[in-house]
Amino acid sequence: MRARVLVRPKAGILDPQGQAVERALPALGFEGVRNVHVGRLIELDVDDPDQIPEMCERLLTNPLIEDWEIEEAGVEEPSR
Amino acid sequence: MKFGVVRFPGSCDDIDGLQAAARVADAVLLWHADHDLHGVDAVIVPGGFSYGDYLRAGAIARFAPVMAEVEEFAHEGGLVLGICNGFQVLCEAGLLPGALLPNVSLRFIFRQVDVEVVRSEGPFTGSCDVGEHLSIPVKHTTGRYYAPEEQLDRLEAAGQVLLRYAPGHNPNGSLRDIAGVCNERGNVFGLMPHPEHAVDPLIGSTDGLRIFESMRAHVEQHVLA
Repeated sequence: MRARVLVRPKAGILDPQGQAVERALPALGFEGVRNVHVGRLIELDVDDPDQIPEMCERLLTNPLIEDWEIEEAGVEEPSR
Repeated sequence: MKFGVVRFPGSCDDIDGLQAAARVADAVLLWHADHDLHGVDAVIVPGGFSYGDYLRAGAIARFAPVMAEVEEFAHEGGLVLGICNGFQVLCEAGLLPGALLPNVSLRFIFRQVDVEVVRSEGPFTGSCDVGEHLSIPVKHTTGRYYAPEEQLDRLEAAGQVLLRYAPGHNPNGSLRDIAGVCNERGNVFGLMPHPEHAVDPLIGSTDGLRIFESMRAHVEQHVLA
C-alpha cells in the first residue's frame, strides 16, 4: 500500500515557520489568510500498513511536539 | 575518573568535548557502533549533527548501538551529559524530558551567552553557586526548549531545571528561559550551551570547566570513593 503520513506541529506550540509564511503572503497580495502551519509529508510504500502508527510513534515523528495522520495514497510507485 | 565521549557520524564537538574532559580527568572516545562503554565513569554525548539530523535533530542517533549501552548506564545511575545535539539525542531517547524545537528566529545562532545556575547541588553543577552566571557559547538552529506547561511546572518544582539563560540572554525562545535540565533522578543532564567551548582564557571564558569539575567531584566522592 502507498501511504502518506502528514506531520504537523502540535496545536499551541509556537510555529515560527508558519508565522513567517503567514506574514509573507499579504506582501504578495494574498489577503485573508490565517492560521498557517508548516509540517512534513512522508510518503511510503508498505507491505503492512498496520505498522505505520508504531513507525510514527518511534521514529517518523516526535509525539511530544508533533501530531500525525495517515492517508491512503493509491498505488505503489514502481521500484527504482 | 574516566570520561567517555561518544562519536557519531556527524558529531563535530567530540574532540573539544574530549579535550575539555581531559583537562580535569582521563577521557576516551566511544564509537557509535560499539556495544561497549569501556569502563568509563561518565558519558558525554557531544554536539554536532549526528547522522546528519536528517529526520529531526537526534532522532536517528538515539538508535545507534552505543546508545543502548548509554541508556543502560543511565538506568544504573551513571552520569550522562548531553551537550547541544547530545541534549537533543537524550530527549529523543526519552532519557530527558521535553524536546528542542527550531529557534524562534529560524536562524543559526552562534554567540556567547550568560546562563544562571538555578541549582548547585547534584552532579553537574555541584561546583557552582546558585545565582552565579556562567559565560558559555551557544551555536545551534534547533535549541528552543519545549515541554508542555504542566510538565514545566513539575520540572521546576522538582528542581530539574539546573541552568537558565540570564535575563536578556535567551537566544532561541526556550520556554521559561531553560538552558539545561536533568532527569528526575538527577544523573542525566542536557544543555544547549557548549561548556566544552569555554575551558581556556584564550577563547574568552573558562566557566564551562565548572560542569566537568562538578562531574569529576561527584564521581570521586560518590562512585570511586
